[in-house]
Amino acid sequence: MTFSVEVVVALKPVVNDPQGLVVRDGLHRLGFTGVRSVRVGKHLELEVEADDEAAALTQVEAMCEQLLRNTVIEDSRISSVRVLTRRAS
Amino acid sequence: MRFGIAVFPGTWSDRDCRHAVELAGHEAVMLWHKDRDLQGADCVILPGGFAYGDYLRAGAVARFAPLMESVAEFANSGGLVWGICNGFQILCEAHLLPGALTRNSSLEFRCVPTWLRVETLDSVFTAGCERGSVLQIPISHGEGRYVADEATLGTLERDDRVAFRYVRRDGSDAGDESPNGSMHDIAGILNEGRNVLGMMPHPERACEPLLGSSDGMRLFASVAKSVSGSGAMPVAAAL
Repeated sequence: MTFSVEVVVALKPVVNDPQGLVVRDGLHRLGFTGVRSVRVGKHLELEVEADDEAAALTQVEAMCEQLLRNTVIEDSRISSVRVLTRRAS
Repeated sequence: MRFGIAVFPGTWSDRDCRHAVELAGHEAVMLWHKDRDLQGADCVILPGGFAYGDYLRAGAVARFAPLMESVAEFANSGGLVWGICNGFQILCEAHLLPGALTRNSSLEFRCVPTWLRVETLDSVFTAGCERGSVLQIPISHGEGRYVADEATLGTLERDDRVAFRYVRRDGSDAGDESPNGSMHDIAGILNEGRNVLGMMPHPERACEPLLGSSDGMRLFASVAKSVSGSGAMPVAAAL
């Protein structure tokens, strides 16, 4: 089966995010004064071959630990999983 | 002595490093990223640039290069490895040094002279300097803000592994003049074995008076002296 897995990688809450601060200030200047905080991260879309959803998730979690995030400064979470094709392509 | 200089796709300071090494009267060999042979180098330099385009994160992809497997083995067996700028980022991603380099607090790419206080003489890279001396060496980076957790910072400080700190021109603490917002104003650190140095500033760009400073040559000379006993440089008179 082929799964589409989406991952969000973002700086850990304790790590200063100057990009987020600049975006927040820009929003304030546009009049969106209710914005308390902005954090900027990355969005990755992976197509993964696996026997089932659990196996796909296990693989992607390992990928996050080994490459997709810098474990020193970034957190990651899987934001969506869906089946693309039932049969291995 | 022989310096090996790594060349990844996107490396841009390799030839500047070779120039500095040769100016110091030593041999430079270029090490292609797809090779594994370190060609008998006494010290491997990972120079500045944007290895593999800095895709995903600075240094994240370079660590998979065949050459980096050899460099990691070399470092783990006590070989001298010197990461400069992008090389420092690669060493952190390869877990040969702790911590990470993140976006400058200014969000600007900064290419400016900086002043570094030599914080330890206990490494071959800095043994030739005087304690507390201030070197003028430029930075050229967008992601040089050193970040690590409190425990790591504590270990670095306790074990005398902070090699250089950004300071003001007169050697006093950088305060709000930090060029990138690094924690503890850290500009360079050593690994536990003190044989691996990572630093964001570019000593090879401060190697002759024409460039505004020759202070970077002190580091090249220090390494050479420790390895071959001969740090003597043809340009010594110019320093």
